[in-house]
Amino acid sequence: MVEDRLKGYRGTARTVISQYDVGIWSDVEIQATHGRFRGLILPRSETADDAHIVIKLKTGYNIGIAVATITNITEHGRREVQYKITEQEFPTDPNKPNITLFGTGGTIASRLDYRTGAVIPAFSPGELYGSVPELADACNLRTEKLYGVFSENMGPVQYIKLAEKIGEEIAKGVDGIVIGHGTDTMHHTAAILTFMVQRPPIPIIMVGSQRSSDRPSSDAALNLIKAVKVAAEGDFAEVLVCMFGPTSDHYDLLHRGTRVRKMHSSYRSAFRTISDIPLAMVDLHGIHQLRDDYRRRRTDRDVIINTAFEEKVTMVYYYPNMKPDIIDAIVEKGYRGIVIAGTGLGHINKPIYEAVKRATDKGVHIFMTVQTLWGYVQMYVYETGREIMELGVVPAANMLPEVAYMKLCWTLGQTDDRNEVRRIMLTPISDEITDREPYNGYLIFQGAIPEVQEFLRTIKR
Amino acid sequence: MMTPFKSFDQMTAEDYAAIGLTCGLEVHQQLLTNRKLFCRCPAGRYGSDYDAEILRHMRPTLSELGEYDGTALMEKKTRKNIHYRVHRDTVCTYDIDDSPPFFPDPYAIDIALELSLLLGLGIVSEIHIARKQYLDGSIPAGFQRTAIIGVTGSIPYLDRRIGITQLSIEEDSCREVSDIGHDRIYLTDRLGMPLIEVVTDPDMHTPQELAEVCQVIRWLCRSTGKVRTGYGAAREDVNVSVEGGTRIEIKGVPQITRIPLLVYNEAIRQCALLHIRDTLKQRGITKDTLKCRTHDVTQALFRTPYGPIRKAVDRGHRVKCVTLNGFAGLLNYPTQEHTIFAKEFADRVRVIACLTKLPNMVHSDTASEQLTVRDWKSIRKRTQAGDNDALILVWGDEADATTACQEIILRAREATIGVPKDTRQAHKDGTTGFERVLPGAERMYPDTDLPPITIDADRLQRIRDQLSTPSWERQERYRTLNLPAETITPLSASPRANLFEKLIDNLHVDPVFAAVVFMQRFKRFRRDGLHPESLTDQQIHSVFAFHVQGKLTRRGVVRVFRTYLRATQHHHHDAIDIAQVIADLSTRSYTQDELIAIVTQTIEQIRTMAFPDSGARHRFVIGIIMREVGSVVESSRVLHLIGNMMIDHTRQDKQEEVA
Repeated sequence: MVEDRLKGYRGTARTVISQYDVGIWSDVEIQATHGRFRGLILPRSETADDAHIVIKLKTGYNIGIAVATITNITEHGRREVQYKITEQEFPTDPNKPNITLFGTGGTIASRLDYRTGAVIPAFSPGELYGSVPELADACNLRTEKLYGVFSENMGPVQYIKLAEKIGEEIAKGVDGIVIGHGTDTMHHTAAILTFMVQRPPIPIIMVGSQRSSDRPSSDAALNLIKAVKVAAEGDFAEVLVCMFGPTSDHYDLLHRGTRVRKMHSSYRSAFRTISDIPLAMVDLHGIHQLRDDYRRRRTDRDVIINTAFEEKVTMVYYYPNMKPDIIDAIVEKGYRGIVIAGTGLGHINKPIYEAVKRATDKGVHIFMTVQTLWGYVQMYVYETGREIMELGVVPAANMLPEVAYMKLCWTLGQTDDRNEVRRIMLTPISDEITDREPYNGYLIFQGAIPEVQEFLRTIKR
Repeated sequence: MMTPFKSFDQMTAEDYAAIGLTCGLEVHQQLLTNRKLFCRCPAGRYGSDYDAEILRHMRPTLSELGEYDGTALMEKKTRKNIHYRVHRDTVCTYDIDDSPPFFPDPYAIDIALELSLLLGLGIVSEIHIARKQYLDGSIPAGFQRTAIIGVTGSIPYLDRRIGITQLSIEEDSCREVSDIGHDRIYLTDRLGMPLIEVVTDPDMHTPQELAEVCQVIRWLCRSTGKVRTGYGAAREDVNVSVEGGTRIEIKGVPQITRIPLLVYNEAIRQCALLHIRDTLKQRGITKDTLKCRTHDVTQALFRTPYGPIRKAVDRGHRVKCVTLNGFAGLLNYPTQEHTIFAKEFADRVRVIACLTKLPNMVHSDTASEQLTVRDWKSIRKRTQAGDNDALILVWGDEADATTACQEIILRAREATIGVPKDTRQAHKDGTTGFERVLPGAERMYPDTDLPPITIDADRLQRIRDQLSTPSWERQERYRTLNLPAETITPLSASPRANLFEKLIDNLHVDPVFAAVVFMQRFKRFRRDGLHPESLTDQQIHSVFAFHVQGKLTRRGVVRVFRTYLRATQHHHHDAIDIAQVIADLSTRSYTQDELIAIVTQTIEQIRTMAFPDSGARHRFVIGIIMREVGSVVESSRVLHLIGNMMIDHTRQDKQEEVA
């Protein structure tokens, strides 16, 4: 097929390649004004310009040659390269727990696409076994790819289907569920699943990777091995996130789905439990509990799946000088709920009071959370807070802003009654609001302080 | 056993031709930039101090072409814990692979382009950054970011040209601190510094040629003035093969002078391995007929007096024995200077099974020295080994001992085929040791974190316009100028080479004099703790301008530099003006009468002093006078005067004595 032979090339580059009757996978010698180049023509990334041809040299390097400089191309043959992941049959053992792995598009084990440079997830049990054979030590694995989306493209449609699928798997009797997920919005999904899948009898473990699995230093395989281990052997019956604890290859942390947040754009140890402590540490040898107030694994299948979801909910990140028209615009567009991330203990400025009042009067449900992420909303301390509450804004205790957002979507999917909304929002389902913040629930160390440096020097983190 | 080869000193070019020696080079040269290549950390700050440690493991991944790399599989077997020592001054989250890369330093790319042009390479239009896998942990990401800048060029060598395959720019790796058992420790200070790799075609055929070509490339790099110098700033990988052998890469040779002996040893090692293969074949052992067995012989050695095994057994470790059918006697066969075939096995056991405490094995060809006759008898009985079989014993925990046995069998199998594809480390004694399996093109991935970088025509033209003459062309010219032989190469590669040529072409300074000032006088200054590199080209030019106008003698030129450098040693440079120094030293010119007066006065002063002979007296007088007037009066003029006057004085003295 001619089309395929020019994969990714357009414009001038496409014309030049066709002109010499060569295509991708052609082994060519290219004569250009500034040199002679020998290699295999590769497909080109579709986002790249149309002025260059990419070839792979014998040494494995890729280079680009400007088509404007090309004076001749000679073909010496063709050598198509297939991407293939070593696929080996995943062993089954009747004595091992049965685990279902759902894929949503996060990169767990993967291969590279020449054309876009993108990473294609390896996903079938056979592919996974080829890349991460350790998985077979813990379980019998079934995989199901639900979507192939980056995590920022997850939304209500995906949440609902995922919750329903989880319900089906539980009914089928699996011993644990693992969900491969992109890391960016993993905590959003963890939160909504906690609300949609209530009283699960088995562990539902979300896992991802901060370094894609095409690199030798990737955290993907280690995270996946640990997540599967927890799903297979853990005594939990909750939605949990399993990600690297320190940046070193030491252990993963198990975070409750409603208290976890991605706190760094790229660090392996990006996921942190906020205003509380994680449930457990997991390493290759076992699960080490850090607390025992968690829901235990059960043999029954009595799960409640409630996939209610109202999409007309938004979040407002307050900033000084915010103007009332923002709030008015939201109301005008028909939004039924707003989560405000306020300053300090939960504050916004006076000029928008009127707009807030107009919103609540129109029946819009407004909840207050804190931008500080750690700590509680406390609107009685200052006059401002009391005034804001009088406008009808409900303090949401120590619910994280993203969690409050997900919960409000879920709540408004069920009722519009002011009191009922308030009751559901403020009645914790799984620690999205806690009674107390332990003293070690807030730990952000500052570098260069002698005792911190001492810690960093002696403890691999 | 005597070595079956001629010694290094006895080997001739014909001998090397007879064994079909072919070698090539990969020259790694750090670039002189302020920052690291893919992050903004400062480059060139070294120190073993560290703030924190990070632990990682490397996991092989499939390559772009869907294959596992040989090295990848080997490193997986070693199961190493990799510890990185990091210091906040030199390392950021990029270096420890916790952050995506920043765009590469454009200045570093400019230097790489400049060198590519000097090497006559075809320049790529678009730089594609690749990931080259390194599973030994020397780079925390598990891969090195690297990119081709130019391909296919050549440099002159004697009466022929040596092909240059390619030039790439890449980030430097960690420095290894230690590698004991399953733990390897790295320092990260060097990590990420920009360097270029120049790869030659396999066009060299003797160890000496290889070293000389390496020098040519080194001087070319230095001639830009934009590369780092000092120990470890330039490192060579040497590729060696003989007829029937395999391309073997010797990694990281830090000094060119060490290259020839390493090449010699590698060449004879390959010949020896081929000989061993042929011997095995004669004994009827090929890769298909090879028989090896493994036995646990811990029981048989409970009471051995041999310390290392005894200790291992006490610790609860296992002792395993591999029987290599028909290998008897071969393990002692010399493969390199002071090295025997058995070391090939010991190296594998050390590197792959992580049994790093030496000795890590014993074998039956050196029976009497370690284990007792009774021990061997007991082992042979247990393993049912015959007299023609060689036995190798290893000890360690169950997993490591098992890996060791598997590696020994793999290596024995390779012995029936010839020379295995290794990457080898350079030892100080000129021999090489196994480092890892030679990686192939399978370890290259495209980097998905950065888009291709276009080299536009303007950029290339700008670099081309400022391109200096290649050092070999300069050397040719300097030879015709009759410069002192020892100054030719360093001057051609010196950052002052351009200035030197300007001085001789525009100011018509005597080339030999200028070369002596640049290479010898400045070197002397450095020895005296001065910093001639702080002189600007303009300052140097102005001093030579006075010289050609006859206002400063040669001695005066050197004196101006020395006086100025001394004065600026402890001050800011702006505080002192070199023009003032010149003015101070060349304030006056001397008439013939004034000079005669000075000479007379000096001779008078030393009249009563005793000298061993008249020559010494002569030199002493010249010394005093030149110190006073030498900056502006040529010594020839003074010499002439003194010659006449001393004779007069001597005559006078004699007359007085007679009187």
